[in-house]
Amino acid sequence: MTSDLRDLYQELVIDHGRRPRNFGRLTQANHRAEGYNPLCGDRLTLYLKLAGDVIEDASFEGAGCAISTASASLMTEALKGKTAAQAEALFAGFHALVTGAAPDAAAAPLGKLAVLGGVREFPARVKCATLAWHTLHAALHDAAQPVSTE
Amino acid sequence: MKNELVWLQGSLLAELDVARLRQDFPILGRHVQGRPLVYLDNAATSQKPRQVIDCEARYYAETNANIHRGLHRLSQEATDAFEAARAKVQRFINAARGEEIVFVRGTTEAINLVAASYGQRLGPGDEILITEMEHHSNIVPWQLLCQRSGAVLRVAPINDAGELLLPTYTLMLGPRTRIVALAHVSNALGTINPVRQLIDIAHEHGAVVLVDGAQAAPHLKVDVQALDCDFYAFSGHKLYGPTGIGVLYGKAALLDAMPPWQGGGDMIRQVSFAGTTYNDLPYKFEAGTPNIAGGIALGAAIDYLAGLGIDAVAAHEQELLAYATDLAAETPGLRLIGTAAHKCGILSFVVDGVHAHDVGTILDGEGVAVRSGHHCAMPVMEHFGVAATVRASFALYNTRREVDALFAALARVREVFA
Repeated sequence: MTSDLRDLYQELVIDHGRRPRNFGRLTQANHRAEGYNPLCGDRLTLYLKLAGDVIEDASFEGAGCAISTASASLMTEALKGKTAAQAEALFAGFHALVTGAAPDAAAAPLGKLAVLGGVREFPARVKCATLAWHTLHAALHDAAQPVSTE
Repeated sequence: MKNELVWLQGSLLAELDVARLRQDFPILGRHVQGRPLVYLDNAATSQKPRQVIDCEARYYAETNANIHRGLHRLSQEATDAFEAARAKVQRFINAARGEEIVFVRGTTEAINLVAASYGQRLGPGDEILITEMEHHSNIVPWQLLCQRSGAVLRVAPINDAGELLLPTYTLMLGPRTRIVALAHVSNALGTINPVRQLIDIAHEHGAVVLVDGAQAAPHLKVDVQALDCDFYAFSGHKLYGPTGIGVLYGKAALLDAMPPWQGGGDMIRQVSFAGTTYNDLPYKFEAGTPNIAGGIALGAAIDYLAGLGIDAVAAHEQELLAYATDLAAETPGLRLIGTAAHKCGILSFVVDGVHAHDVGTILDGEGVAVRSGHHCAMPVMEHFGVAATVRASFALYNTRREVDALFAALARVREVFA
């Protein structure tokens, strides 16, 4: 197997892909949005509970590939306690990481999310990694339409 | 004369010399991720033999001119070559007449042409019958026609093997059924439909039948007169020819009675602001400068395929399918999607607990090119309760060794997701 593939499917990614954290409906959610990747049929619903500007809790449900599921799982972990602005900044950093726009050093503040950096070698999979984040953006802005990666 | 010989030769050859003919396909010498390319995405598009590539290059280097207009030498030669290609298509599918062969961009455009033109005679309450296994290109044009005309789209269901339910299909035909549109071979499942029988039943109810032959024409003998289909559509690029060229076959009497589709040059006889008269078939449906090089190179692709003999190609692909199906049965966690009794060389499957896209990425890392996704047949995915499948599809140049490479790569998938 190539080293690119090993970078993509790191143990943490496989683990979060198989046993996603924060999976299921969040009953006290006050923001939600749906994301859809028509290319591979991945769908997810993201639930957020905001207190003022702070994301107190986050969860998701849906079905997708290992990359999109792991990304959503890791994202919901990272969001808790962040303000909406901090969450958007995290998205910008994550997007730069998976598209290869930022060098590895910039990945440091991303914490565990950096494990998805291997996606940058697989342009066809960037949409899988960013689906949850696009959905987050929609949820924070209460978009009525499902967000699509296409 | 030379072509006659090539065609005759093809019918006599019993078995393909795959090792030799692979030399005809330059791309098969490529490496991907440091490994020899194993190209198993032929249902999406096939690779092209040197004969086709050279034909297209030679056309541009030596003959290029616009057709049907110029009086100069090059224009004559280009016109002759383009019309010779039409004759090759006619013979390839055994159409009765050359003017029944309309060059289009591909299968999708052919279906849209029929929906737009023949569809003008449909009105509210008329019915169009398709099947549950259709590609989106044989669904959406009919949905658009229904929106325009008030006609109703009906869908004949399939069973869990991916076969059309014949009794239900028959019951769904009625006096209001005007058009039946169905795949000869399903792109997502590989099912070969009993089209001859389906056409006969539809004709008993007075419906015209369009057959989507995109997945059939490269892999089995098509005889439009024996089928008695009213329209037959296929693409050049799945048949070892170029992209951007395809064929609509239509019975002359039907095409003749149909209004033009697109207006422009070549499709007219006389234009004035008081009114315009249209050209004869097939030019009435070929407005504007066509894909001349593509049409001529499609002719070269047909020569190539006919030279090998479509029956020999079909036998080879059936052998690969049987071999792959046996290996699939021995592979733990692999579920085939599409297990019809009669199939073309398409192996669609899912792997337990692993999304089709993850499988596709890992296979690519092993140099194995397959398709992962819904294959533009989302209703089929819905029937089987899956978001996507992995699809390996075979062509005349594939080998048992490549099937082995596919299954070796699938073992890697299990390692990664162990």
